Amino acid sequence: MAEMVCIVCPRGCRLTVDEASGAVTGNSCPRGEAYGRSEILDPRRVYTGTVRINGAALPRCPVKSSAPIKKPLIMDVSRQMDKVTLSSPVKRGDVAIKNVLGTGVDIIVTRDM
Amino acid sequence: MNWELIVIGAGPAGLAAALAAYDKGLRKIAVIERDRYAGGILNQCIHNGFGLHRFKEELTGPEYALRFIDRLKDTTIELICDTMVLHITADRQVHTVSAENGYQVYSADSIFLAMGCRERPRGAISIPGDRPAGVFTAGTAQRYINLEGYMCARRVVILGSGDIGLIMARRLTLEGAKVLCCVEIMPHSSGLARNISQCLKDFDIPLYLNHTVTEVTSANGRVSSVTVSEVDENRAPIPGTQKVFDCDTLLLSVGLIPENELSREAGIEIDPRTNGPVVYENMETSMPGVFAGGNVVHVHDLVDYVSEESARAGEGAAKYVLSGKTASNEVFIPITNGENVSYTVPQRVRPANVEGSIKLFFRVRNKLGASVIKVSDTSGRQLAAFRRVSMSPGEMENIFLPKDVFEKALGSLCVSASEA
Repeated sequence: MAEMVCIVCPRGCRLTVDEASGAVTGNSCPRGEAYGRSEILDPRRVYTGTVRINGAALPRCPVKSSAPIKKPLIMDVSRQMDKVTLSSPVKRGDVAIKNVLGTGVDIIVTRDM
Repeated sequence: MNWELIVIGAGPAGLAAALAAYDKGLRKIAVIERDRYAGGILNQCIHNGFGLHRFKEELTGPEYALRFIDRLKDTTIELICDTMVLHITADRQVHTVSAENGYQVYSADSIFLAMGCRERPRGAISIPGDRPAGVFTAGTAQRYINLEGYMCARRVVILGSGDIGLIMARRLTLEGAKVLCCVEIMPHSSGLARNISQCLKDFDIPLYLNHTVTEVTSANGRVSSVTVSEVDENRAPIPGTQKVFDCDTLLLSVGLIPENELSREAGIEIDPRTNGPVVYENMETSMPGVFAGGNVVHVHDLVDYVSEESARAGEGAAKYVLSGKTASNEVFIPITNGENVSYTVPQRVRPANVEGSIKLFFRVRNKLGASVIKVSDTSGRQLAAFRRVSMSPGEMENIFLPKDVFEKALGSLCVSASEA
């Protein structure tokens, strides 16, 4: 049995997951059940960070991964941000890095700048 | 020009109130913001986890802000940025200054206070040792890194386990810094459990509970080490328990204070429990026609609740302006703290002004297991009760009280919580 705090929402349910069957208890919603199971089988996180931007009111543009990325890859993904410089204007949803590290996930802009 | 509503602050509270007032029929609304753009602190909170309650999806801070900013252009709401409010007066004049327009005085039928809160700085907690560069509040470091693009730390100790400190532990690690530990003087964290998990545990950052910083040393004007000691049950450091961390940065995440210089100067009644204005059921302050919402009233954990509370205040302001009067302040039920409860918002309810029910926010003083929340009046009669699986000071609670509770109440209402 693995015990963990669900990070899906600020409620922070205390989950217990059976490693063998993947059965989750302690969750209050279906999202929690899915989180508990994936945390055992294939833990993933949404990456958030910033990239350089020219011509905007500020020098950094916030970005996120368009889907959760395998947890062990998060530090490597973060290092990719330094390779990109955007030019204003950008809109939320614009792709900053396509298919980052071959994960099939894009790094996308989260603010209009 | 006379405005129907002037909103002070274009963060989540101000934007939600302005839009709600517009939806209720006000057309002459100005939102005054001291920064160059709207969105407030959300712009530097680039992490995700916002909006699950309100939008049923996980947004980053800037995305959550855009949901509101986008709506402004379909309205007549005027956003006045780069402008600082200096004073507000009882006859609802708003004195401002800006580089572009100089000193301006606006008048309004109603005002909404949405100044938010500030972090407690080093001066507010007595840390012994040198006064070098490299001691920042967590939010300052967040602004440097996420907005201004300055990497301001390499080896870091974080004092306090508030949410911004936890979020910055992860952020600094992702940017290549080494976060040595997070130190909390209390036996429990003041941050959300999910942030302990995803910001500290994910990166193997130790959390020392019952510990505090007892020495800061410097070399060449910059932090060179931080000493951490265990504390006893009176929160006093225990000699001989020191651990020394070589580092260049000490981040402080030791609480937030509602920013009420304007409210105090105007003579608005402040609740010493929250450090925010005392508010009625519609978020009106002790000054008729002046409303308040969000972190300027009490520090929230979730922006979703800031938006919801402020929208209620915006509706209250619209009703006040359109009806030309407020409910009489003379007949109200005060709401007081009982056992284990540290404050309630609203603090006063005018039964005549309640439609349906009132959502009452409060915090508990201590961690509680399975508990009962009781609402009783001065005669000791219990008028409502609610159950909870657990409660913690770090997580704001809310209960819905129907109108008849206020109609039945004799004297004041007391909210208490105890383990069942």
